[in-house]
Amino acid sequence: MNFTKQFLILVAGGLFGIGLAVSGMTDPARVIGFLDIFGRWDPALLFVMMGAVATYGIGMVILRRFPNRQIHLPPITASPIDWRLVTGATIFGIGWGLGGFCPGPSIANLGALRMESLLFVPAMAVGMWTAQRFLRADR
Amino acid sequence: MSHYTLLHALIGGILIGLASLLATVLSGKVPGISGVFGRLLVSTTPDKTWRAIFLLGLIAGAAVSFAFWPIAALYRPMRPLVITAIAGLLVGFGTRLGGGCTSGHGVCGVGTADRTSTVATFIFVGVAMLTVFIYNYATR
Repeated sequence: MNFTKQFLILVAGGLFGIGLAVSGMTDPARVIGFLDIFGRWDPALLFVMMGAVATYGIGMVILRRFPNRQIHLPPITASPIDWRLVTGATIFGIGWGLGGFCPGPSIANLGALRMESLLFVPAMAVGMWTAQRFLRADR
Repeated sequence: MSHYTLLHALIGGILIGLASLLATVLSGKVPGISGVFGRLLVSTTPDKTWRAIFLLGLIAGAAVSFAFWPIAALYRPMRPLVITAIAGLLVGFGTRLGGGCTSGHGVCGVGTADRTSTVATFIFVGVAMLTVFIYNYATR
């Protein structure tokens, strides 16, 4: 990867971090507020997802419609709906509801050296390493 | 705009979508955060450079937002630190076993109408909602 691409990937990461922070997704109370459908429900996360899904979806349709030899898009693969997917998504859901952090916001909060993310991110790395090491979950 | 509105949510979401799109074009991979981070922990991963740069950018982008924008800096921790650490273990293990998180399955997968990712997204959102309900009930 050349310097220009490395710079652009830094920009992409930066935009991602700004998006998470501006949308309020780095605030655990807002995330848990969305998940708390039986309490005072906060729709913010739904609006974040709608903005992100629509932007990414429309962009990918355009990119696939007009192929460019310089751009290598990820292949379209049909990964199975199997026990790994269901079990993994369930365990992730428990962790997300328990802590109020998913991977992106937990890493973004390292930018303010917040105590929760200083604990959460290393613990998450241990969890990832374990899954990858013992269950070959590296797809 | 001095206070938070759903417009912030929508604009932030669009930025996340654009960032994911740019990262997809540059890396040729689906840039879900759990996969980008998790594969940094595997010694045989060949393309560690862009992954590390992307995550450093993410931290820097958030840090700049926190510093210059009071709305972005709002932070209200909800759980004891012990619970937070256990949650981290579960999120790490679950996202790698299930092959994605809120960005990989949720944004990129649902965005491209991927059936598997959409199923995963409904499961983890549903289970997280149930978990919050049980947590609130148990700690009330």
